[in-house]
Amino acid sequence: MELNFTGTDICAVNGTRSAPEARYDVVVVGAGPSGIAAAVEHATAGKSVLLVDENPVSGALMGNDTPLYFGGRMTAATQNSERMLEAIFMSMPDLEKAMDAGAELLLGTTAWGVYRNGPGVASLPDQVVGLADAERSWMVGFGTIVLATGARDLAMAFPGWNQPGVMGAAALQMLLTRYDAFAGRRVLVLGSHDLALETALVAQARGIEVAGLIEVRDVPQGSADLVAQVKAAGISITCGTTIASAKGGIDGVESATLTSGETIACDTVCVAIGLVPSIELVDAMHGPRALNPTRGGYVPAGEASVIAVGDCAGLNDSGFDHIAYRMDWMRALTAVTTNDTIICQCEEVTRADLIGIQPPNYLPRPAAMCARSLETLLKDGPANPDQIKRLTRSGMGVCQGRRCRDQVAMLLALESGTPYGTIPLASHRAPVRPLPLKILAEWDEPAEMEAAWDVWFGIPTQWVPVEDIGTPYQDEHREMLYTGMYK
Amino acid sequence: MSGSEVVIVGGGVTGLSAGWWLARSGVKVTVLDKFIVGWEASGRNGGGASHYASPLFDEEQRLWPQMDELLGYPTEHRKGRILIAMTERQWEQYRFIAERHKRLDHPVELLDVKQIQEAVPLAGDNSFGGIHYKFGGHANPQRSVQAYAWALQDLGGKIIQHSPVTGFETAGGKVTAVKTANATYGCDSVVVAAGPQIPQLMAQLGVDVPLAAARAEMIITEPAPMMPLGGVDGHKIYGRQTLRGNLAYGGGPHEWLDVDATGPAARPSTPLARNLAKRLAEMLPKAAHLNVIRSWAGVIENSPDGRPIIDRLTSPDNVVVASMSSVGFGLSPASGHAIRDLVIDGKCSFADIDLLKLSRFDGLEKDWREKRGWMPIS
Repeated sequence: MELNFTGTDICAVNGTRSAPEARYDVVVVGAGPSGIAAAVEHATAGKSVLLVDENPVSGALMGNDTPLYFGGRMTAATQNSERMLEAIFMSMPDLEKAMDAGAELLLGTTAWGVYRNGPGVASLPDQVVGLADAERSWMVGFGTIVLATGARDLAMAFPGWNQPGVMGAAALQMLLTRYDAFAGRRVLVLGSHDLALETALVAQARGIEVAGLIEVRDVPQGSADLVAQVKAAGISITCGTTIASAKGGIDGVESATLTSGETIACDTVCVAIGLVPSIELVDAMHGPRALNPTRGGYVPAGEASVIAVGDCAGLNDSGFDHIAYRMDWMRALTAVTTNDTIICQCEEVTRADLIGIQPPNYLPRPAAMCARSLETLLKDGPANPDQIKRLTRSGMGVCQGRRCRDQVAMLLALESGTPYGTIPLASHRAPVRPLPLKILAEWDEPAEMEAAWDVWFGIPTQWVPVEDIGTPYQDEHREMLYTGMYK
Repeated sequence: MSGSEVVIVGGGVTGLSAGWWLARSGVKVTVLDKFIVGWEASGRNGGGASHYASPLFDEEQRLWPQMDELLGYPTEHRKGRILIAMTERQWEQYRFIAERHKRLDHPVELLDVKQIQEAVPLAGDNSFGGIHYKFGGHANPQRSVQAYAWALQDLGGKIIQHSPVTGFETAGGKVTAVKTANATYGCDSVVVAAGPQIPQLMAQLGVDVPLAAARAEMIITEPAPMMPLGGVDGHKIYGRQTLRGNLAYGGGPHEWLDVDATGPAARPSTPLARNLAKRLAEMLPKAAHLNVIRSWAGVIENSPDGRPIIDRLTSPDNVVVASMSSVGFGLSPASGHAIRDLVIDGKCSFADIDLLKLSRFDGLEKDWREKRGWMPIS
């Protein structure tokens, strides 16, 4: 077979991508206070600004604990997207300031990936952010991207945590203050740092009964002022104990039992131990980030054209070591969880199977497999959450690891006897929010994309059956299956 | 050979399978990997195992159904594949492929739309027809790679991770040791199965191995209900339904890269995920509502003709070089066997693999990458 090379590989990606639909000097992701402030600042300075916020997210996504840990405690009101949209405008009057300053605002619009040329890729027409709403996805170019994506709830496993009514503090506050759509009545709060104290006060102010705060350390952890406010509000803080289990029925949590043996009636257990800066976009674009224990976890290290603001840049630094605090909780909860406690809810991975590095239940476990464990894996090298998730499937589900990524890393640190900071961050990948195929799809892709599309490399000699080499079948094969390359 | 020491450079699926085959023959094996086993293309591919174009095909087909038992660990292997034609042109091409398989005695059956939907309920009534390969199949790349590594260890072989190879020691026309930053591993034979880094490593031995690296991408959805047959290709995409139910698919244009001796600098995915999503939603319209939850990329190398290079060199004469030219996972049970044969016997026992010799590129023009357009975007 004579191959007539033309110097061009028509199956390469070069020149096949669509140009972004629009370009802005500045795209701001997240319309919380920090995002709005950034949008106002840049728009006032005469820049073209697009401000996007994924909220209100669909009821289905909230049911998957995206972006926050809602724990199934939303009322039916969250199914009504128009009402939710209205609730956002009502609760955030500053949005109008951003628009008045000239920023374009898109709510219900998710930023699911940021892409730019760099190591391993040079084919992008511009640095772009992928956006999606309920109808479609599209790409937008930017000069600078401001990430004001906030922080998400840290979830932690205990017996009975995998049922409706166990939820995060940021999710609870959002349901209470923004949407007035919290379906619980009586809340037990885990933690006593500022997040927990503030959440308890917000809940009580909204007419929710607070059954108390539970603190694993010996004294309340938050600021003296907030502790005093909580006590003045008649809310108890029980220290030196932890939750041993949550029990419930078809509607989820009905009570919680402490390690002291005390049982507390509640329909909601709010895990208010910590928030994690939402750096999914930064990590998925291979942006630099570093662990900062007093700012809540991994935070963006900062770049000229990728700027993190607000909680995404790190929680307010009060000198409190959030990682040490979480590890204290982890140690206490590890004492109450059992082998069959689920750690990854999406993939139903138990603690025993995670630590045993065992495959999911639909696969066989022959003797050699059963003999493997984290202990044997550690003989090959340090614990790596990405390797462990490939083997156990923990973190591989539809919540994209939001519920278990952090606690898996903490558990690996404990089990391997190494500091939390030595456990690599499990990688985030685009789309950083679950996106239906039909929404993600580029339905109106350029003709150049289809022209370049081959199932693999489009090398004519790669797939000729060995029996056909040197026979007329070889050319027939090329004529039929390779319509462009080298002709 | 029993008792002799073989060092394998590269803990991808090819090097690990070779190591496992050698360990089964009583050879002392050490696999050196720059990071973690299967971390590059071996753990990032579509999991297909139906490579009829290869001289290793029969051995691939013979071995896969036995691999769980032979390795002692689950690989998620399942038999059979279906290709779905979504355009008239694809249907013409697939019928051509079916005719070819019949001529070569590979069992295939043409399917109409109804038969496709029975085997693949996520398919719609919008296809032109399909082919059912009653051979081939698919497995889980990540689980299989780890299975090879563990099986090799169970036979006494060693895997040294986080240890990039920096060079070789030679004496008397042989490689006598393989060096990493921290250690030197004496050896009787060496297998270089380091993927895109092969050219840089072999250049240290004065051997020119023409390979070019490129990046390719995949997407995966949340789980769908299990289909009777999960090995569904077609519409110019490849992939599988995992045994969990996820749809994992790749295909489409690649991007040529330069890869230095330390390996790919990064494996970024791109908005190509949208073009993959389009084709998957077209081919399996009843899956269009499923959420995509990840995308990823891998870097693979190709030889000038896209076929593997599996060869025992004449100088140094104790080195086997092995690149599967971007099609390595599915063929791994057989490629490892072939490499084992070359190391121990100097000759492949089960197939004629002269086609895969490095010498076929003797006299290759210096600008072979430029001629093919296999150059990075500058």
